[in-house]
Amino acid sequence: MLRSILEMKDISKSFSGVKVLKDVNLKATEGEILALVGENGAGKSTLMNVLSGIYEYGSYTGDIIFEGKECKFKNIKDSEKIGIVIIHQELALVPYLSIAENVFLGNEQAAKGVIDWHKTRNKTSELLARVGLKDDSDTLIKDIGVGKQQLVEIAKALSKQVKLLILDEPTAALNDEDSDHLLNLLLELKNQGICCIIISHKLNEVTKVADKITVIRDGSTIETLVKGKDAITEDRIIKGMVGRDLVDRYPKRVPQIGEVMFEIKDWEVYDPMNEDRKVIKNVNLKVRKGEVVGIAGLMGAGRTELATSVFGRVYGKKISGKLFKENKEIVIKNVSEAIENGIAYVTEDRKTAGLILIDDIKRNISLASLQKLSNHNVIDDNKEIQVAEEFREKLKIKSSSILQKAGDLSGGNQQKIVLSRWIFSDPDILILDEPTRGIDVGAKYEIYTIINELAKQGKSIIIISSELPEVLGMSDRVYVMNEGRIVGELDREAASQESIMKCIMQSSREV
Amino acid sequence: MEKIKNIFKSNIRQYAMGIALISIMVLFQILTKGILLKPLNVTNLILQNSYILVLAIGMFLCILTGNIDLSVGSVAAFVGAISAMLAIRMNLPVIPTIILSLFVGAVIGAWQGFWVAYVRIPAFIVTLAGMLIFRGLTMVILKGQTIAPFPQSYQIISSGFIPDLFGDSALHIFTIIIGVVISVIYVISQLNKRKNTLKYNFEVSSKSWFIVQLIFIIVIINLFTYWLASYKGIPTVLILLAVLIAIYTFITNKTVPGRHIYAFGGNEKAAKLSGVKTNKVLFWVYVNMSVLSALAGIVFAGRLNAATPKAGVNFELDAIAACYIGGASASGGIGTVFGCIIGGLIMGVLNNGMSILGISIDWQQAIKGLVLLLAVAFDVYTKNKAKK
Repeated sequence: MLRSILEMKDISKSFSGVKVLKDVNLKATEGEILALVGENGAGKSTLMNVLSGIYEYGSYTGDIIFEGKECKFKNIKDSEKIGIVIIHQELALVPYLSIAENVFLGNEQAAKGVIDWHKTRNKTSELLARVGLKDDSDTLIKDIGVGKQQLVEIAKALSKQVKLLILDEPTAALNDEDSDHLLNLLLELKNQGICCIIISHKLNEVTKVADKITVIRDGSTIETLVKGKDAITEDRIIKGMVGRDLVDRYPKRVPQIGEVMFEIKDWEVYDPMNEDRKVIKNVNLKVRKGEVVGIAGLMGAGRTELATSVFGRVYGKKISGKLFKENKEIVIKNVSEAIENGIAYVTEDRKTAGLILIDDIKRNISLASLQKLSNHNVIDDNKEIQVAEEFREKLKIKSSSILQKAGDLSGGNQQKIVLSRWIFSDPDILILDEPTRGIDVGAKYEIYTIINELAKQGKSIIIISSELPEVLGMSDRVYVMNEGRIVGELDREAASQESIMKCIMQSSREV
Repeated sequence: MEKIKNIFKSNIRQYAMGIALISIMVLFQILTKGILLKPLNVTNLILQNSYILVLAIGMFLCILTGNIDLSVGSVAAFVGAISAMLAIRMNLPVIPTIILSLFVGAVIGAWQGFWVAYVRIPAFIVTLAGMLIFRGLTMVILKGQTIAPFPQSYQIISSGFIPDLFGDSALHIFTIIIGVVISVIYVISQLNKRKNTLKYNFEVSSKSWFIVQLIFIIVIINLFTYWLASYKGIPTVLILLAVLIAIYTFITNKTVPGRHIYAFGGNEKAAKLSGVKTNKVLFWVYVNMSVLSALAGIVFAGRLNAATPKAGVNFELDAIAACYIGGASASGGIGTVFGCIIGGLIMGVLNNGMSILGISIDWQQAIKGLVLLLAVAFDVYTKNKAKK
């Protein structure tokens, strides 16, 4: 009989009068993986912040019992001391320090204030072996990929004698291979008796590794599904998350496809950091009016690079190839020319490259189309307000007013602001890069509906997505990209997860 | 009442600085036994701080992009020296001297802007170099000496007053008339704005509240001009300042380039991906800064009636402090021109008030430093509170 390691009883917490957690109960047993799922804003992160002491004892009500003792954490140090470690989505590593220095940051292996580097390196090597990382402990963090950085974070947690490891969206930024490695590592840690709580939107991963799945909705625990006892399927979890059956995750659309709108011919791009390396190799692609075209591929296939090199040459050096719009060649040298030519690009990273977080909704929406709102460079404030109000209503951006700061909104609403900006620029061709990354199921559905609406208006849409079901669910035609090339073109009937993966595998073998 | 409370709450940071300025003024008015707000001293306050305020306006744009310009004091000194060479050594008339001097400022700005915007060397480094370069060149031009005096007409811009077209009674009638004219223009523009807003069916403040606001502003304007009129009238440099404040407020609030500067400071990458020509924006911000530095140099040289190698030392620090006190954010994207002017005036009143009280210059420095720190701490505090 495994003993219970953690019990959270009737946890409630409010922010300025708004209750975000209502009597939440959570239980974890030694050596198990507990998944915490729920829509954005359901309260998962708040709950974990309560558990790890980021919100100090007294700022919430309820009890935390860890290994049979009641805990009253004042800060994160208190919780780490007894073996609770949280790894946030944004990794807390210092890029210009080595792996060893990062692992023991704040916990330096020192005697009388002098660091013992031998001990530090040896211990780090041991820990790295445990997490399956083969890099040297002197390697700088900035020189290893996100996947490995995630492992370093876990090594760091292990160095603190972790008993309960909390991971917030650990695989959000990882490719499939790194994700698999990470998940396997979690299974291994579980066998060593370490309990893990993972917060994740990726339901396929959750169903794969979790022993128990606790669903949180609107700040309350809805249910806990136990592996072997309940039937755990993605649909079952989604039902718990949104409180109803989502009959169809992708809204239906009857395609009305017209003439060819946009064409990329013989497109080649070199890496701006390393001008000998070709990133995009001889890409040819076309989109018709009213058509939704998906570009599938693994991370690093060059999809974002393709899009940003087309969109005003933001990325890349020595770009060659031709662009055609309605069979006429167009030359685009910068972003404003791309916008003038009716191209819009919604970035994959809305926080760092999409929104101005400190600015309000209104100004974020108008940013790409100020010329439309102004006369001789003087902006018509009233018109701007009108436009912003219109989009807030039409796209159902949940906010107190158009003057609310973009940074204060949830992921789904932020994405709607970025979409508003580009819809307002009135493009003919809309390139969407990971349009639903990190947003919850309900908001995803709304965004898909918007995309369908745009296609119905005759706009040409290109969707880049790492989530194959999304590509398959939304596209009329799918291009498969791998290592900078288009390695397959599949129409709706022929496209399936299997056929896409087959295209990728075959092309990898050829090279 | 609830509404007023709300308006106040949502604008607390802007009002707070205004309230701070007024409280400091009241404090020194009492401490100096009424000397601070004597018409003579009010005029002095304007003359003394004009060049810092000119610099603060330019500095604000730099800070808005998330950068800084440390070279403004040296550039002001350099341009002051150039204009002294032109006006005194070469006997050039005043207008060409000023135009040429401003042009020199623009060239300096293009030089620094090139390194900052196109080569992307951090502005701190480029302008630190500029600070040394132009201080050095100032000494080279002046051969370490002071050149003086400037022709009378050159000094008008910095220490002159507008002439009284209506005879010379004790009261400067023309100044009062200007006050009335400004009030009328203000009322008309506000009415127009309200009408426009109503046209779009947007919410406006209630009629009575609107009238209260109007009357309040009108009283302030006319009290101010009356005050100036009872000394020598409006200083020319105040007109220059008013025009600059009006222009830059308009640019930052109402125009596309202004919006682009805010967007740049808020998130450069996002701005670029939305079609903002980021390099160009940054370049022109630095050109603008140096032109305003040149203007400040001309004003300062005129006020001193000399070009000296030590002119403009620490001006950059006063200008930067003015911006931060006025609510600009060090990471960029936040602040207003008006806020910076208030910030500059807070520093100015502190300087002036403490000087009248006979507090020694060393203590003045220390107190100014504390005020800067407290102002920014307050800013951070209110921001954090707003988050919760």
